[in-house]
Amino acid sequence: MGSIMVLEGKSVFGGIAIGKLSVYGKKDRAVKRSKVTDTEAENSRFLEAKEEAKRQLAGFYEKAVKEVGEVNAAIFEIHQMMLDDPDYLESVTNIIKTQEVNAEFAVASTGDNFSAMFAAMEDDYMRERAADVKDISNRVISILQGSAAGAMTGEEPVILLADDLAPSETVQLDKSKVLSFVTRHGSTNSHTAILARTMNIPALIGVDFPEKLKEEPSGETSALGNAAAGTDSGEALDGMLGIVDGYQGKFYINPDEETLAKYQKLKEEDEQKKRLLQELKGKENVTLDGKKINLYANIGGVADVANVLANDAGGIGLFRSEFLYLESEDYPTEEAQFSAYKTVAENMAGKKVIIRTLDIGADKQAGYFNLEKEENPAMGYRAIRICLDRKEIFKTQLRAIYRASYYGTISIMFPMIISVAEVRAIKEIIGEVKAELDRDGLPYKEVEIGIMIETPAAVMISDLLAKEVDFFSIGTNDLTQYTLAIDRQNPKLDSIYDAHHEAVLRMLKMVVDNGHKEGCWVGICGELGADTELTETFLRMGFDELSVSPSMVLRVRDKIRNTDLSK
Amino acid sequence: MQELKYVIKDKEGIHARPAGAFVKEAASFPCKVTIAKGEKEVDAKRIFGVMGLGVKCGEEITVRTDGEQEEEAIAALGKFLEGNL
Repeated sequence: MGSIMVLEGKSVFGGIAIGKLSVYGKKDRAVKRSKVTDTEAENSRFLEAKEEAKRQLAGFYEKAVKEVGEVNAAIFEIHQMMLDDPDYLESVTNIIKTQEVNAEFAVASTGDNFSAMFAAMEDDYMRERAADVKDISNRVISILQGSAAGAMTGEEPVILLADDLAPSETVQLDKSKVLSFVTRHGSTNSHTAILARTMNIPALIGVDFPEKLKEEPSGETSALGNAAAGTDSGEALDGMLGIVDGYQGKFYINPDEETLAKYQKLKEEDEQKKRLLQELKGKENVTLDGKKINLYANIGGVADVANVLANDAGGIGLFRSEFLYLESEDYPTEEAQFSAYKTVAENMAGKKVIIRTLDIGADKQAGYFNLEKEENPAMGYRAIRICLDRKEIFKTQLRAIYRASYYGTISIMFPMIISVAEVRAIKEIIGEVKAELDRDGLPYKEVEIGIMIETPAAVMISDLLAKEVDFFSIGTNDLTQYTLAIDRQNPKLDSIYDAHHEAVLRMLKMVVDNGHKEGCWVGICGELGADTELTETFLRMGFDELSVSPSMVLRVRDKIRNTDLSK
Repeated sequence: MQELKYVIKDKEGIHARPAGAFVKEAASFPCKVTIAKGEKEVDAKRIFGVMGLGVKCGEEITVRTDGEQEEEAIAALGKFLEGNL
């Protein structure tokens, strides 16, 4: 049992951190109001402190440029400008002179007034700036009081807890001593968030952690020793063990052994992945004996592109376009589709993007399609069958894809093909779409056309299909279930479902050979493509491309680079 | 007096960084420089004033320069807006 506490927050950077907690000691500057007689001298004292604050900020700027880059460091220039703003200066001077008070009090009041102005603004971003005003005012006050800002000390790296951290606070932190940030406030635009992302460390915001952890009445001794019983309402968090899960947005205080073990394992895997990334990013997908293969990634939406690039995939081998239809209340417009495809094409900057046309039906349903309930949907009215039947839906998508082709390197592939006639019908529709675009004066580029090979029928006539298209991409999930006649949704059949079944492997080989004879390139975009037990088999069969989930790219690359086909 | 109107295209609006750069640019001229959104007009050489306008993407601002080098100033500020906001 112990006294584990699990809290939730919003993650601003993924990753896992395990370590001791340290609560950032923000000194709330107690400012006393006192009467001064020589207001002129008091005002000079303020101006000197202000100049000193600007000097400090200039120093932070230099440091921040090195640590987080010029763009993120610019905030310290803004802070300097704020300290020179005539409105700000006049306000402080005015309070000192008219109220005959000390500079500390005048600065504190002015800071409160100006930050209230920002806090009242509609814009989230501008509201955040209230913290900036407080920060500069506190800096001047601490100089006036002759006290140094409290930075964290200690030898061991820690998970840093704070209400929020101001830029001037984060810049003073010894970054090698911070494993993660956990803050109560802040937004994904806050400086702490930006810093965490720049440092590549997990961070959570909006975590409502307590001041102290209450002891369980049962008196279970925590792994980290016990507070003197009865003397306090709880144990201070400082020094306790914590876990930050930046993937799930979870924060554990005082984790039990089971949780700790689980996270230690996850952290190791994570680190291994990062190591792979370090070692393999930018490297070719080439075997020890020099055979190359394209390694692309599968995505299900625009947001996945960041992951594709982060994992260094050479392109997008399967862009599932269903999300546009499934996330929508009605048929997505040409403009909405165009915008999504164009964004992906542009973000991939000339790398290949293979868009699979609508594959709806079976387990993927959208209400407005009004599809009838079927006895056997996997073999029913779905994918290309719907598209060739409801041509207007299909044409809208094709127009959007062709228009987007102008902005990058786009290929199209069609799902669930079983005949040459279907491919010819598709090509006829493409011809119509292109003619319409010409008429409307909309630019497009030549687009490679391919088909998914996911039915046994397509495999058996792949020699004929190859004459019609530029490439094949094998959808191993459906192909395996159709070939073995095993419903993948039925858990009772799991024991006889064999992803490496000889029948499937022979089909793969047949498709590669038939494709190559007609000059088609051939790839795999199903789950099997990421199965590293088969990577060598695929290379030997002569596949030109494997498209896997982004997180698998580097693992497969690692496998390829350690394979020797000459042996 | 010189005057120009400009519609902000940056999707963040005049946020802290460009506000700072704009103020710097305005402060480099001896003439009076103001920036207005709707009825509200502020001194463009004061960062709190400029940020306090809270100008968002798609909103129109009016920049006015008055006095010594007002023509150079309006040209430079127009160029700055085109290039940064």
